[in-house]
Amino acid sequence: MNYNFKQEVQKPERFVGGHRLCAGCGAGIAVRAVLRALNPEDKAVITNATSCLEVSSFLYPYTAWQDSFIHSAFENAAATCSGVEAAYNVLKRRNQVQETYKFITFGGDGGTYDIGFQSLSGAMERGHDMVYVCYDNEAYMNTGIQRSSATPRFANTTTAPRGQVSYGKQQNKKDMTEILAAHNIPYAAQTTFIGNFQDIHEKARKAIYTEGPCFLNVLAPCPRGWDYPTAELAELCKLAVDTCVWPMYEVENGTWRLTCEPKRKLPVTAFLEKQGRFSHMFRKGNEWMLEDAQNYVDEKWQKLLSHCV
Amino acid sequence: MAVKDRLSGNEAVAIALRQIDPDVMGAFPITPSTEIPEYFSQYVADGLVHTEFVPVESEHSSMSVCIGAQAAGARAVTATSSCGLALMYELLYVAASCRLPITLACVNRALSGPININNDHSDSMGARDSGWIQIYAENNQEVYDNFLQAMPIGEHASVRLPVMICQDGFITSHAVENITLLEDDEVRRFVGQYCPEQYLLKADNPLAVGPYDISAYYMEHKKQQAEAMKNAKQVILDVANRFEALTGRKYGFFEEYQMEDAQVAILLIGSSAGTAKVTADHLRSQGEKVGVIKLRVFRPFPMEELASALSHCKVVAVLDKCEGFSASGGPLFAETRSALYDLDNRPQLINYVYGLGGRDIHVGHFEEIYHHLFKIVSTGQLGERYIHLGQREA
Amino acid sequence: MIRKASEINETSPWQELTPGGEIYEGGTSLLVNTGDWRTETPLVNAEKCKLCMLCILYCPDSSIRVQGSQELKLDLLHCKGCGICAEVCPFGAITLGREER
Repeated sequence: MNYNFKQEVQKPERFVGGHRLCAGCGAGIAVRAVLRALNPEDKAVITNATSCLEVSSFLYPYTAWQDSFIHSAFENAAATCSGVEAAYNVLKRRNQVQETYKFITFGGDGGTYDIGFQSLSGAMERGHDMVYVCYDNEAYMNTGIQRSSATPRFANTTTAPRGQVSYGKQQNKKDMTEILAAHNIPYAAQTTFIGNFQDIHEKARKAIYTEGPCFLNVLAPCPRGWDYPTAELAELCKLAVDTCVWPMYEVENGTWRLTCEPKRKLPVTAFLEKQGRFSHMFRKGNEWMLEDAQNYVDEKWQKLLSHCV
Repeated sequence: MAVKDRLSGNEAVAIALRQIDPDVMGAFPITPSTEIPEYFSQYVADGLVHTEFVPVESEHSSMSVCIGAQAAGARAVTATSSCGLALMYELLYVAASCRLPITLACVNRALSGPININNDHSDSMGARDSGWIQIYAENNQEVYDNFLQAMPIGEHASVRLPVMICQDGFITSHAVENITLLEDDEVRRFVGQYCPEQYLLKADNPLAVGPYDISAYYMEHKKQQAEAMKNAKQVILDVANRFEALTGRKYGFFEEYQMEDAQVAILLIGSSAGTAKVTADHLRSQGEKVGVIKLRVFRPFPMEELASALSHCKVVAVLDKCEGFSASGGPLFAETRSALYDLDNRPQLINYVYGLGGRDIHVGHFEEIYHHLFKIVSTGQLGERYIHLGQREA
Repeated sequence: MIRKASEINETSPWQELTPGGEIYEGGTSLLVNTGDWRTETPLVNAEKCKLCMLCILYCPDSSIRVQGSQELKLDLLHCKGCGICAEVCPFGAITLGREER
């Protein structure tokens, strides 16, 4: 694939400004990057789980979306999209719709890993021609930074706070991309914002233009929830990849492939130290937390490498 | 031309669905509505319909599929019962507030717990304030006829509300009765095409559905919904008239049976009305002025019409096949009492909660209720007015 | 009747809101000024800018565009001043500063 991002960025915007996402929010970047992978001549219907993204991007009467858009609830975005896709199939058969449409669903990690997991699994199993995009900011940010099953161990959240006898979240992050890959869907991948966005662009294109259900997991930093200065988003994404906290890979028809291997694997502390949510891990006496976090990332990384060709 | 057949209520709904040939069906099994998607999926398998059949992983998702499909410009249907409807609860409100005229075949069954698969109305009564039109049936003919009227009502431009066509689980859903069906082409002409003005897949302009509504707008949107529900009253009558012209079968908000000079009356919903009518006939033959009103349309609630129909009675028993746990009677009782408030001369009202979890109600019970009503007339003493029919007492 | 988002406001009577809160056009959020959230404002130094366009990719508010093909154009009505563009610029061409209003 010939990626020319200068051409790509000059495509008409399908997600415009004036939405009420916080300054520096990763969700807006994720949406723009994914939608940019659409052919300009193709139409799309966007489904959105209740989330920061939803309440910020369609606040009556102001929609940030140039395409048709539907939000119905928190836990059912994939099922709602299934309905739209089913309608498209029958209306196309009945010759009531002529244009080509693509169906893209966005959910946060709460709407994907947790409350929306069942409907997502169902939609993937049924094989709808759709893309489900999780913008993973690792907690329930819309309600104020509560822990989700996507929250990494040790992170401070408002329902798994650090305290005199607690070190923050006790459980490790659920591996959603691996779970989706286990659905044997044609394409599952995880990515984030790196360099000139070639990785996210190519994955979004594959996901959109591969027939059948596809899944894209996009690490999307949240300055408030992760507690870092808004301007540092790109650096955090790069560190997530370089530390192997968030490996960039894809599973295409059952074949696992690393898409962006760090030149030099950095210690996880490089990623953790940038964020207030992990600051307690660096206090004296808490060295074991850093060790545990490193060991966990190393194990996951080795496991991933063993899957990959 | 009319087609005579013998069918269960579930079969009748499935046949109505085949004749309508909806665009999308979201389906998840739950007793006693399961047969509807079973029969229908066979029609799909045999190529008798063009429907996209989406066998989802929960009722929550079947309603979500319907919401997505209907918003996209398709006609969407589903069927459910009991806990299935309860699981949809959140989305029932979403469907109504997005003004999506989805049709749901509700085969009424008791809600858990304890778990019970038999009929009462606690499932749909629990959804009575969700913004759905609710139409109930006494027998399989009415289920079929109501189902054919659902889409012309819900899809009407002045309404745009989802419609729940209710029937009593097992009693009508599984019992086989004689029925008169319409020809397929008659159904298609009567129901018509679904032609929304705006839909997600419209080529000319995008459509955004389901906003975050701040308080400056939310209440106005609720007012619109409330007005749509008011508008539905006339549309329900207009569609019933059109249906009568086609079939000769007359429908309204409720059926009045022997009500003209009735001193006492029973108001109820659903299949037990047949038993009430038989009892009324029997008492009439003995010279007792008794009547029955069978409510067909619970949402919108025909307040003025019902008050007028009951105004000449001395005492009325309102029968709820549902506990409301208000500590003062069931939902139909509360609505009816409210309806009568504006009358200068109001009948007295008592409430019987009956038939919960499939408990049988028979002619003897209705005789007991009528005798109770006459006793109130003769003594002038109302006594206990919130009664659980046929309860075993220590 | 198709009502435009620009015709709807917090004084509109209920009859004049769209049913169900539907909107029949795209991108109406452009009517919203989120630029006034900003405490710091990006400034492009045209001489340093090589028009590499990396900043455009990273903007969460779709607020950087290429004008003609010669220079970057900031949409200050919507830019919230997050500063990501300044950080990702390889040439130091974008700086954040206090804005005179």
